[in-house]
Amino acid sequence: MIMTPPYTPDTPFLSIRNMRIEVARSGAPLIEDLSYDLHRGEFLAVVGESGSGKTMAARAIMRLLPAGIACTRGEILLDGEDLLKASAPRMHAMRGGKIGMVFQEPMVSLNPAHRIGDQMSEGMRIHTKLTKAEIRQRCVEMLKRVQIRDPEHCLNAYPHEFSGGMRQRIMLASVMMLRPKLLIADEPTTALDTLTQREVLDLMVTLAREEGTAVLLITHNLGLVARYAQRAIVLEKGRFVETGDVHRILRAPQTAYTRQLVEALPKRGDAVVPTSNRNAIIQVRDLAVTYRGNRTGLFKPRPAYQAIDGLDLDIHEGETVAVVGGSGSGKTTLGRAILRLVPAAHGKILYRGRDVLAGDRASLHAFRMACQLVFQDPHSSLNPRMRVRDIVAEPLRHCPMMNAQARRQRIDETLDEVSLGTLASRFPHELSGGQRQRVAIARALVRRPAFVVADEPVSALDMTIQAQVLKLFQTLQQRYGFACLFISHDLAAVEQIADRVVVMEQGKIVEQGLRDEIYDRPQHAYTKSLLEAAPQI
Amino acid sequence: MKLSANAIIGGVIVALVVTVALVAIFWTPFNPLALNMRLKLGAPDAAHWLGTDEFGRDVLSRLMAGASTSALVSILTVGFAVIVGTIVGVVAGFVRGWTDRILMTFNDTLLAFPGILLALGMMIVVGANKWGIVLALGFAYTPTVVRVVRGTVLSLREREYVEASRMIGNSAAYTMFRHVLPNCVAPVAVLATSMFGWVLLSESALSFLGLGVPPPAPTWGNMLAGARPYIQTAVWLGVAPGLCIALTLLGINLLGDYVRDRLDPRMA
Repeated sequence: MIMTPPYTPDTPFLSIRNMRIEVARSGAPLIEDLSYDLHRGEFLAVVGESGSGKTMAARAIMRLLPAGIACTRGEILLDGEDLLKASAPRMHAMRGGKIGMVFQEPMVSLNPAHRIGDQMSEGMRIHTKLTKAEIRQRCVEMLKRVQIRDPEHCLNAYPHEFSGGMRQRIMLASVMMLRPKLLIADEPTTALDTLTQREVLDLMVTLAREEGTAVLLITHNLGLVARYAQRAIVLEKGRFVETGDVHRILRAPQTAYTRQLVEALPKRGDAVVPTSNRNAIIQVRDLAVTYRGNRTGLFKPRPAYQAIDGLDLDIHEGETVAVVGGSGSGKTTLGRAILRLVPAAHGKILYRGRDVLAGDRASLHAFRMACQLVFQDPHSSLNPRMRVRDIVAEPLRHCPMMNAQARRQRIDETLDEVSLGTLASRFPHELSGGQRQRVAIARALVRRPAFVVADEPVSALDMTIQAQVLKLFQTLQQRYGFACLFISHDLAAVEQIADRVVVMEQGKIVEQGLRDEIYDRPQHAYTKSLLEAAPQI
Repeated sequence: MKLSANAIIGGVIVALVVTVALVAIFWTPFNPLALNMRLKLGAPDAAHWLGTDEFGRDVLSRLMAGASTSALVSILTVGFAVIVGTIVGVVAGFVRGWTDRILMTFNDTLLAFPGILLALGMMIVVGANKWGIVLALGFAYTPTVVRVVRGTVLSLREREYVEASRMIGNSAAYTMFRHVLPNCVAPVAVLATSMFGWVLLSESALSFLGLGVPPPAPTWGNMLAGARPYIQTAVWLGVAPGLCIALTLLGINLLGDYVRDRLDPRMA
């Protein structure tokens, strides 16, 4: 038996003392001398960029560090018990029982081969002596609490039948069902869109309050920290930077690093100049895109799904139009349909007055030459076998007017503009996420396009890197004056960069207007809920 | 990338086999086909280092001559299967639609036959000789390559850099060769190295069944087969070609791992 010290309100529930985590082989530190306290029922945020060690610091509490990485010094006191000295069976009882953890990727954190019911009850089977029927009853109750509509059906279903947000709620339900005293949430909503993010986090807070659970929220998103946490710890490259009340940290950061983080938050750009008197570069008329589902029976037709449903949109020379909406609203499909990457069911797309859907090969080629796309995921948008310079050079293959000298000059110039001049001979895997996204931008801009579709170009990046990439994008747009369709679910980024905003829901435009109008005086209920859900400081 | 010990061992073994195979074309210690009944089943000695077989032929000379045949056959077979299989696989995976369906139906039909049975049938049509073996085994192993390549292509064509290539205005063929094909190298390299092993063994099996390279020309496979009745009395007859097959496979596998890593910029 382990003696639990008597509970007094001022003894912290979790107390980390001088923790050091290092790579076992080289002794290189990942976390140096970290100390903090977490009280019962408190909501503490751990903030930092990628590589700051925030995930490692949390995993150490569960004693779930990756192989080759070890916690070599310090104490992790949970309720007075040092977890670093606890035996393996004791830790088994702790994990899931006393400490629960929610992971970042709902798409991969549930096992696709097992039914939801079996996965949810696993923890109960290990940590409690309840019968099967009792466990099932508890699962149903818990699923109701996380607002899953048909809990009985859900228990028999497999993870792929649910959306990311639903999966994260199921994950949360199965963790909270065991009433842990400490919940570690590692970027729990980074992969979700704004509306779903709000839902999941609100739910997490409610459950934690009801159960009196202390929460350690690991995130790079300061907006979420401001909304949900009481106290925050800022980490930089494994070192403790500062701690304190969230509002104090955000309003009056004490250190240069925190100030830098706060300043990286997107801010509304300069006042918008209406651009509708300029010529339209892209005109979309009554566009529809249909996806075919899978056959439900051998002789039944494949069900059709309207991704874009009779949509009209004008984009003028040099302006940035942002398309916002939740996942499944059809915003990505819209961007790809305009670029003719997915076929349109009907409708017209006019590029400078010429229909690109009906046009001949030559006009389609001219359209391709003038339009570019920047992708969301810089990891999969660059060919891993090509060097940066070759990637950026490739679009120029189709510029027969340029000689070798002019091409070389253009490539050097473009690489310098995105500050990659010194990295030209690297392979993509040797670059960071932000650097890769700059390569993708260079590739898109090397031919000086007139129109660029940017599909969530910064959602995979850290806040500070996001700010840099957005700024670079704006600078280049001012220099070359291309029009841009900026697709995003991140309303903060949109507020910084957009001239006009288009709100989409279920394949239709529900509202559009100048950025300031939409943000200050939203008309449609869906726009209001999107703005409401966006984390703000 | 630094040469690992494994890569060096693999390289040395493969180089040795290739050298021996080349030397054997011009010179062997004895004539590998010369019978000498007085020396039959002789144990290894100073003249005949690995002994003699049931017809008094020098085992070492036959092993060397066998290396030429076996190495030639397996290189040509693997080459055939990899080239044909990759082309068919890339086309099926990248073009999709009816082309894909027709190619894959044909391919799956071939896959449904056991490889060796397919090869046996082919051998009867083409005739039992070196070229027959290459063609038969090549056909038998191509469907596997097609499957692997097509699967890889299917996952690669969904990558965003393939879409980016379309956006740039590159033709489908260019995209296929520049962005899809090079990224298929790793699985194909792994498959090709293990295929060397299968082909060596299949060639041995075919020769063992009397359908391979016809006697008296030596291959490692028919030497192994011929040694069977004497496994009690003349161990060296079986051990020598057996060891050669095993060592060569080891060498090819070690070298194959190195080549695969070498071709991947992420590992270099």
